[in-house]
Amino acid sequence: MPRSLLAITDVDRAEVARLLRVANRFREVMARDIKKVPTLRGRTIVNLFFEASTRTATSFELAGKRLSADVISIKGKGSSLEKGESLKDTVLTLASYAPDVLVIRHQSAGACALAGRYTDAAVINAGDGKHAHPTQALLDLYTVEREVGPIDGLHVAFVGDIAHSRVARSGIAGFRMMGAKVSVVGPPTLLPRHAEESLGVDVSTDIADIADADVVYVLRMQLERMGPGRLVPSLREYAATYGVSHARLRPGQRVMHAGPINRGVEIADDLADDPGTLIVPQAANGMIVRMAVLYDLIAAPEGASEQRSALGDAVAV
Amino acid sequence: MTVTLAQRGGDSASLVIRGARVLDPVAGIDETRDLVVRDGVIGGDPTGLPEVAGSERVVVPGFVDPHVHLRTPGREDMEDIATGSAAGAAGGFVTILAMPNTSPPVDNAGILASLLDAAREEARIRVGFYAAITAGQRGQELTEQVELAETGAAGFSDDGVPVANAEVMRRAMQYQGITGLPLVLHEEDPDLSGSGVMHEGAVATRVGLAGIPGVSESIAVARDAALAEYERARIHICHVSARETVEEIRRAKTRGVAITAEVTPHHLLLTDEAVVGLDPSRHKMNPPLREQADRQALVEALVDGTLDCIATDHAPHAGHEKDAPFEEAPFGVTGLETAFAACYTHLVRPGHLDLEMLVRRLGADPARTLGLPEPSLCDGATADLAVVDLGARQVVGDAGFQSKSTNSAFLGDALYGVVELTIAGGQIAWRR
Repeated sequence: MPRSLLAITDVDRAEVARLLRVANRFREVMARDIKKVPTLRGRTIVNLFFEASTRTATSFELAGKRLSADVISIKGKGSSLEKGESLKDTVLTLASYAPDVLVIRHQSAGACALAGRYTDAAVINAGDGKHAHPTQALLDLYTVEREVGPIDGLHVAFVGDIAHSRVARSGIAGFRMMGAKVSVVGPPTLLPRHAEESLGVDVSTDIADIADADVVYVLRMQLERMGPGRLVPSLREYAATYGVSHARLRPGQRVMHAGPINRGVEIADDLADDPGTLIVPQAANGMIVRMAVLYDLIAAPEGASEQRSALGDAVAV
Repeated sequence: MTVTLAQRGGDSASLVIRGARVLDPVAGIDETRDLVVRDGVIGGDPTGLPEVAGSERVVVPGFVDPHVHLRTPGREDMEDIATGSAAGAAGGFVTILAMPNTSPPVDNAGILASLLDAAREEARIRVGFYAAITAGQRGQELTEQVELAETGAAGFSDDGVPVANAEVMRRAMQYQGITGLPLVLHEEDPDLSGSGVMHEGAVATRVGLAGIPGVSESIAVARDAALAEYERARIHICHVSARETVEEIRRAKTRGVAITAEVTPHHLLLTDEAVVGLDPSRHKMNPPLREQADRQALVEALVDGTLDCIATDHAPHAGHEKDAPFEEAPFGVTGLETAFAACYTHLVRPGHLDLEMLVRRLGADPARTLGLPEPSLCDGATADLAVVDLGARQVVGDAGFQSKSTNSAFLGDALYGVVELTIAGGQIAWRR
């Protein structure tokens, strides 16, 4: 029975730990001359990207190919979606080809939950609206564990637009699940209400409060939402007040960013290029973590799934 | 000016309900006995009338819903007068009032007259129609209030959207001085609601959906309560959802504003926790399902009378439009067929509300609030009643729906209280 990964909360701490160990094994594979393994030969993966993506789309496609699966990648542009086909009909059409996995990126929250109702394939949420981006959280956890050390007891500070970020939402839940202390820092207009109680984080509007963090996770300013008089008064003022730069960091703090970067807005130009940040490892680790997820959903031995909770869209009223 | 309620012509009911609990809280009737309906009127000689088994059943005055969407004209694929009134009849309703946010909207006397004509042919129960407050429901110019009132409008509403401009609202209140008809207000601050798709609260933060704060509703109510006080107008607030709004209404009533309000079964019974399943067919509506504290405030306010009545906001939607990602699907859930059973199961049975009060809040109270005939079980009254088997349980959707749409918030729930017979305007409208 295929399982799905719609949100990071679909997996528990032990399962995350196992996925990160699997990712490490694929890292060894990637160090070989021939970077392809036959693990998923004869399996079919459909990548369905309704929304623009470079890192996630590329790494999912490459992850499937390195595992020898047949990979089909469909973008919103160039598909029947441009002719007004509904998401349901697109999923039904693709499901008729009996893929093993549907990887979906969509601009609207709930798209993956909907897709899951119309296919027997496992569904991987590659980002839906502001809702969730679970594989980003996994690759972030993998990156920190590898580059910084055990996550349990670390302090991770997310900076910037928490309210509109699926990266933050999944990342906060993931880091907390693995035992990290998480705080969020940003202007009041970009902090969601009830963040303390519903996300379990410390909340601050003072950038100085990143001082205690081991890891500073800089969030992308979604420029289309900002702009004069909207969520922040101006990008110039935002950069001056909340932009992360060397001057605001102490030695030893590690900086993350999921990309794409707005240089000079949420992160200083020279910091973005500093090889000491985790930004490049994040991108590189995306592929092997996604290999681990694909492997786990399609081919993991039966025993490995026993601890996993039933996934899907169970409703709690 | 008088409200026109339209119903198709047909045979008057003549029957006797044997040995039922006859319950009319307004008339002070609660006794187990036979109830006679002869030629569509309650009372008279039972001799020779067909019998209906009444034991283990309760007979109550029929329900009145001041807020439904019949989607006609324009979206008859979702609902029409025949199916919407059949859904009402199946839920024990004898009178329903339809909102004017159709396509085109009911903003002129011609459309209103044609709807009333259609209802005289198709409606199983009495149907009244609100007219729009503003032309095209655009919130700019008043519709022809006097002509619409003379044609038989049940009141004025721009339901679906608020009247954002306070001056336009003020003019509508001034015209109420001529028409005497209720202003039925969808209250929301469009800027505060923004692109929200669910209640702004801890759940929205967790799932990452844009929120609609409770104050978006209460601020609009505060404005219109102040205007109504100033203009000595009478206003009725649609589908109250937020505890802040309950407080505003309570304060306004205390200082003597002529304000009434309704609440839906889904807001009384469900919270935003349900939204985590991201099923828009069941849980996306505007106003949205709010928090437990809001829900409790609504129940308390219904009990103490701050909220005057229950309305379903029955909002059918095409399956293919609801079958979309949560953020993209339209707002609204159906409600006529489940209102009594849902409230009986989740409010009366656990003891939050007594049956007598539920019957009032679904029947006499909305009727009085909107100036409609009050259903009564007294001898000589037109037969407007429902026979309900309170002990019977039914899974919502299992027997299909009379409505053309299936977007019920209670789909799949097992609910007590099955309506077996509805007599509306003296005619049998529903028999299970």
